[in-house]
Amino acid sequence: MSIIIDEKTRVVVQGITGGEGTFHTQKMQEYGTTVVAGVTPGKGGTTHLNVPVYNSVADAVEKEGADASAIFVPAFFASDAIMEAADAGIKCIVCITEGIPTFDMIKAKLFLKEKDCCLIGPNTPGIISPGKCKIGIMPGHIHTPGTIGIISRSGTLTYEAVDQVTKLGYGQSTAVGIGGDPIVGLQFIDLLKFFKDDKDTEAVILIGEIGGTAEEEAAEYVKKEFPKPVVSFIAGQTAPPGRRMGHAGAIISGGKGTAKEKMKALEEAGVHVAKSPAEIGQKVKNALE
Amino acid sequence: MKIHEYQAKQILSKYDVQIPRGEVADNPSRAREIADKIGPRVVLKAQVHAGGRGKGGGIKLAKNPQETEKIAKEMIGMTLVTPQTGPKGKLVKRILVEEALDIARELYIGIVIDRAKETPVVMASSEGGVEIEKVAAETPELIFKEYINPATGFLPFQARNLAFKLCLEGDTFKQGVKFLISLYKAFRATDASLAEINPLLITEQGNVLALDAKMNFDDNALLRHPDIKEMRDLDEEDPLEVEASSFNLNYIKLDGNVGCMVNGAGLAMATMDIIMHSGGMPANFLDVGGGVSEEAVKNAFKIFVSDKDVKAALVNIFGGIVRCDLVANGIVKAAKEFGLKVPMVVRLEGTNVELGKKILKESGLSFYSAETMKEAAEKVVPLAKQ
Repeated sequence: MSIIIDEKTRVVVQGITGGEGTFHTQKMQEYGTTVVAGVTPGKGGTTHLNVPVYNSVADAVEKEGADASAIFVPAFFASDAIMEAADAGIKCIVCITEGIPTFDMIKAKLFLKEKDCCLIGPNTPGIISPGKCKIGIMPGHIHTPGTIGIISRSGTLTYEAVDQVTKLGYGQSTAVGIGGDPIVGLQFIDLLKFFKDDKDTEAVILIGEIGGTAEEEAAEYVKKEFPKPVVSFIAGQTAPPGRRMGHAGAIISGGKGTAKEKMKALEEAGVHVAKSPAEIGQKVKNALE
Repeated sequence: MKIHEYQAKQILSKYDVQIPRGEVADNPSRAREIADKIGPRVVLKAQVHAGGRGKGGGIKLAKNPQETEKIAKEMIGMTLVTPQTGPKGKLVKRILVEEALDIARELYIGIVIDRAKETPVVMASSEGGVEIEKVAAETPELIFKEYINPATGFLPFQARNLAFKLCLEGDTFKQGVKFLISLYKAFRATDASLAEINPLLITEQGNVLALDAKMNFDDNALLRHPDIKEMRDLDEEDPLEVEASSFNLNYIKLDGNVGCMVNGAGLAMATMDIIMHSGGMPANFLDVGGGVSEEAVKNAFKIFVSDKDVKAALVNIFGGIVRCDLVANGIVKAAKEFGLKVPMVVRLEGTNVELGKKILKESGLSFYSAETMKEAAEKVVPLAKQ
């Protein structure tokens, strides 16, 4: 099993005719994802990468039965794309776009409250259920079907974790990047709830980083109601306060959001905390033995 | 992005936020002219991107224009060291000359984005003029908060709630409410990430003014605000960081001596961490982007070459969509162009990794190679100490 997406997921790509959209749609198709439509306003009626292009997400839902979306549109138009997808009835919206202004996301999240859908990202590598479906930009081939769930705020660091567990003989049920921005869709806790109900997920890796309090909240949830082993690594133990470490969300401000506080909260919740990023795979092994 | 106090006050006054009369000066005679106009008593405030200026001698009172000129002479060109500047301090290029006001009360107002609640929050406290972090940690009950409903914005009753909590009365109450609403308007209209008034001044006459003002802005929204983008003061930033940002690299200079070049912000932070766990200290954070273009690798090399603190370097690339052989070619090309001035440990992983390693090995350049992050860190730390 897997969470949120599987072999039945039907994907529409918003911004399919752009450079990034084209490149990654091809990669998703090669992986075996069922891409049923693309959306580029003004290019409706054409075909791109053997996929019909529509003017709106609503058309793609009506004509092709799309139920998930991958967003590759430029930052200033991305929040509109998210809201359009939600309004069209898309259940799983994956927004890859990086650099969306915070107030745009505040507005989009308010809009999403009334809708029955989940948003992954923005500024995320996406979500993959190995062997079934990939919506995003992660390298598919490093993943293996298996029983470890992965939730992460970063991209390449997630690949590192995937690679470590794969090399130790474990696969992944689903790996999700929640995104590096201050305001994102699904959070650690939302995804932990999905993994809790997924019979085939035996353990979860939670990769956090400095900034915000999402890791502390996740720790609180794990302590109270998450029955499976959790392994965690927090990036940014050496990060100086007040500096934005690449991700808009990765900043220690007002003395809050340090790696130390997060690691402490997780340890107190019974999470296996890896101090070094090289130990993530081994910690999973220890936790499962 | 950060701006100076005088710039923040310029922006705020456009939104009818009350500020003291004053002007900015970059030489002593200009400071004297301003004092002639608004004085005789004025306050001189050093304009640098750091708090705690008063403690370092960056805020001074002058009783008359002559004294203003004298103090301005000392202050402009001085290196101001405050608890926030670090030991190197910051060069003062400009001062803000403002009318000196009688202080009855010093309050605090701050607006930030609350990430957990996903909306801005307006905070107010009667404990102004001090470090608000200390108040928040020790007496959190003294900080009052109103969360914004993004659909309606900051509502008048919320502003009144805060003004009552601050014990404002009569005309001062009215001014306080107006101040709060204007400040939120400025925050929202400029895509700010922080607007902080500490202290908010209540004068003996009962007037409400922003004695100090600090504003930071959402970098992702700056294209919508060309006027604010222009306020960026490159002199306040590390020259290497300025250069890196012109190449679209995420780079932050740090105190150690191990240069890092990594693709992806999370992996870059993790690489810094593992260097520390291996007994070293990173000289920088450098994210060349998940995609690692050849251009980015080249520019990262340029920065390594110009940073004298870098004694050894660690390149950690996880090739996902980008193939390791392309990355390896980029590294070899850059190393040939700029020279390998310091020992460099390269760790490649991911797609076509074997081919990538072969390219490095056959390049004729003396890279140190490593299989894992851990091995890479353990190799580079002793090299940096040699």
